[in-house]
Amino acid sequence: MTELLKIEGLTKAYPGVVANDGVGFSVRPGEVHALLGENGAGKSTLVKMIYGLVKPDSGTMHFAGQSFAPADPRAARAAGVAMVFQHFSLFEALNVAENVALGMENPPPMRQLAKRIREISTAYGLPLDPARLVGDLSAGERQRVEIVRCLLQDPKLLIMDEPTSVLTPQEVEILFHTLRKLSAEGTAILYISHKLEEIRTLCEGATILRAGKVVASCNPREKTARELAELMVGAELKVTDRAERKLGDVVLKVSGLSLAPLSQFGPSLKDLSLELRAGEVLGIGGVAGNGQEELLATLSGERPSAPGTVSLMGEDISGLGPNGRRAKGLLAAPEERLGHAAVPAMSLTENAILTGTMRKPLTRNGFVDQGAAKTFADEIIQAFDVRTPGSHVAARALSGGNLQKYVIGREVLQNPAVLVVNQPTWGVDAAAAASIRQALLDLAAKGAAVIAISQDLDELMEISDRFSALNEGRLSASRPTQGLTIEEIGMMLGGAHGMQEAAV
Amino acid sequence: MITLVRRPTPSQFWSYATPLLAVIATMIAGGILFAILGKHPVEAIRVIFWDPLFGGNASYFRGQLLVKAGPLILIACGLAVGFRAGIWNIGAEGQYIMGALFSAWLALKMYPAESHWLFPAMIVLGALGGFLWAMIPAVLKVLFGTSEILVSLMLVYVAENLLAYMAFGPLKNPEGFGFPGSRNLQDYPSAFNHELIEGTGMHWGVVAALIAVIFSYGLMHRHITGFRIRVAGEAPRAARFAGVIPARLVMLGLGMGGAFAGLAGMFEVSGPSGQITDSFNVGYGFTAIIVAFLGRLHPIGILLAGLLMALTYIGGDMAQLMLGLPSAAIQVFQGMLLFFLLAFDVLTNFRIRFGRVAA
Ligand SMILES: Nc1ncnc2c1ncn2[C@@H]1O[C@H](COP(=O)(O)OP(=O)(O)OP(=O)(O)O)[C@@H](O)[C@H]1O
Ligand SMILES: [Mg+2]
Repeated sequence: MTELLKIEGLTKAYPGVVANDGVGFSVRPGEVHALLGENGAGKSTLVKMIYGLVKPDSGTMHFAGQSFAPADPRAARAAGVAMVFQHFSLFEALNVAENVALGMENPPPMRQLAKRIREISTAYGLPLDPARLVGDLSAGERQRVEIVRCLLQDPKLLIMDEPTSVLTPQEVEILFHTLRKLSAEGTAILYISHKLEEIRTLCEGATILRAGKVVASCNPREKTARELAELMVGAELKVTDRAERKLGDVVLKVSGLSLAPLSQFGPSLKDLSLELRAGEVLGIGGVAGNGQEELLATLSGERPSAPGTVSLMGEDISGLGPNGRRAKGLLAAPEERLGHAAVPAMSLTENAILTGTMRKPLTRNGFVDQGAAKTFADEIIQAFDVRTPGSHVAARALSGGNLQKYVIGREVLQNPAVLVVNQPTWGVDAAAAASIRQALLDLAAKGAAVIAISQDLDELMEISDRFSALNEGRLSASRPTQGLTIEEIGMMLGGAHGMQEAAV
Repeated sequence: MITLVRRPTPSQFWSYATPLLAVIATMIAGGILFAILGKHPVEAIRVIFWDPLFGGNASYFRGQLLVKAGPLILIACGLAVGFRAGIWNIGAEGQYIMGALFSAWLALKMYPAESHWLFPAMIVLGALGGFLWAMIPAVLKVLFGTSEILVSLMLVYVAENLLAYMAFGPLKNPEGFGFPGSRNLQDYPSAFNHELIEGTGMHWGVVAALIAVIFSYGLMHRHITGFRIRVAGEAPRAARFAGVIPARLVMLGLGMGGAFAGLAGMFEVSGPSGQITDSFNVGYGFTAIIVAFLGRLHPIGILLAGLLMALTYIGGDMAQLMLGLPSAAIQVFQGMLLFFLLAFDVLTNFRIRFGRVAA
């Protein structure tokens, strides 16, 4: 037996799209295998079928030499398949051990479980204190909880769907260390990511999907990231071009902004100040959970702040709500797509109305103009290459990256004077990410000011003129991006959480 | 094995079909219930659903249909606004009583002066009474985060006691020979909400209900305010991002429900009931909750559901009278309607798969 997982002719259709079309590939024991593809190529659908969450319409799977058709995730787990989802499914108010126990069929007594968690987590270089509250953990540590939960089942195949999009570079290092160790012990890993450099360092095999079909398989180490991206897209990749920009007057000024935490476990913002000029892109780096969400909420107007703290073109707007700010040209795109930037159950047209009424003529005397709204939605779909059957589709039916394109497009097409985006290319494929970045640069070139909050430092280096770090609710003074070295950025970021103990 | 598969987009077809399915299932289950009680099931169903419309005394009952459906539709339209936003006003019955008390108080104060202004003023006062009563849970929720479900429900009992006190005390008819209850407004032309077309049961309250249907359709499905209300019910965080202020939403959701319920109380006390008595309220405020959901929280649906519910009321009365069915059985029957509706609702959001799909 050389193959652990062998898939042949797997097909799954959704109304209007064939998400997987006769997909076949195989994974050897101990192999770290990448699944690559554009947004909506069908990667998540494919692994959900392996994990028993989605039933294939046709096709066969073999696992460890036996025919494999898991009816539900429990059956898949019993066979030795474990999966770490992109979105954490953890309870913040429970501690680590309790969270792990919740995911098990027959959890052992707490004391024993805590001991096992400690053993496994140190053995794999992912130190975790079983008694800590999950709410107090960083994103990287939360992911460790999910991974440890999987490892306790002693899986033969570990599936990871975009695991690194929320991690800092240091945390990614630690994760890779763990994955290599697992692979050396014979555990196969199926790895989905849009970060091609990561894939080149980690994976030894790759299957590339395009529009639900396997279009290539290769050894990613023998290809450049660019070649991989071009295989995915089936066309040549455009490089973002950064037009010469002229900086204008200060349009947004934040001074002495402090804010209590949004939630019990969130950070507070402490005495934040920044200045933004027309035509400028300010990159704000740092690990998610250090005030990024809070910063976006105060700038968007969801959480108004003390008088005199935020001013737009010289006018104090601290007390204005989101629509008041939109009317004046300050727009925002939050990080969480489903339930914050978009309403999952509503159509794309309705989601266009969500933020579009202040700057686009989508209403007449307060009444919604359905035709205009649909036109605007179609315009976004067209301009940002959102892959979907149409504007009548509910937001939740879009693949993650496509919804992200839609959300960013909706704000960009409203011609903002200032646009604040949080994780603009989170979960977006290389080509689409490049086009989103290009759209932000074009916006700045037209004279708008942009704040890009992101964990992806390469991204920030690529698009921003100045760089600041947000750490534990404090914003560092900004520095011009040109000539900034990785070490200097590291200093500004002030180190990741739990790094020392984790450097096993 | 049966599995539920979530639909990516809620099914349009099933969102219309489930109410019909629920009605049919209720008829079947109700028939079985009546059979167990020793009645002929088909006959019982006929008496409830058919006779009031097409039976021997149908001309009288058809009028009753509008009289009963009017307040149900009016109240349900108001409640649906709050329900869409995820604000659970369970106390429409109390708001209905307060609307009646406020408007009757004005009329009895003015008696016997005749004026064209009295009736419109009573309408305003009725709406105000219900609105103010609903503001109690609203303000408490905004200020202290109390549950509007509990507070609004408890206030029903407070309102009922107030009603009894008024009926026996301050508003008692001075010429009533000691009987409890106020003067009958039907004998006071300026205050009387008379039938608009003889024998149809059509009175100003029914007109108001129809206006409410049109108004709430415009508000909820055409106006941006209704859109934001629906967003708030679906995804509260997205609603805040869209500029919804939660406190205002609570005020609006409860306020609309209260004002509409108060109006219903006003039209009832000045028309079909005529009097403030301690048994003035008969549960319209609670039944309207069923009507709202049966109508999918959609104004047109509520219109149809209100008529249907009114029919089961009248038919139920007839079945009690003619077949001797216990009133509890009729209530179970009405309850089943909501029960089946909620059960079939699964179909709107989920697809049912039988058996295992061969891989
Ligand atoms: N539940 C669903 N209902 C309808 N269509 C769906 C559903 N899930 C996925 N799809 C569609 O199937 C296609 C593949 O989606 P999938 O989530 O597998 O893409 P992906 O490769 O994981 O993309 P991304 O990189 O953006 O996460 C997309 O066109 C998507 O719109
Ligand atoms: Mg995906």
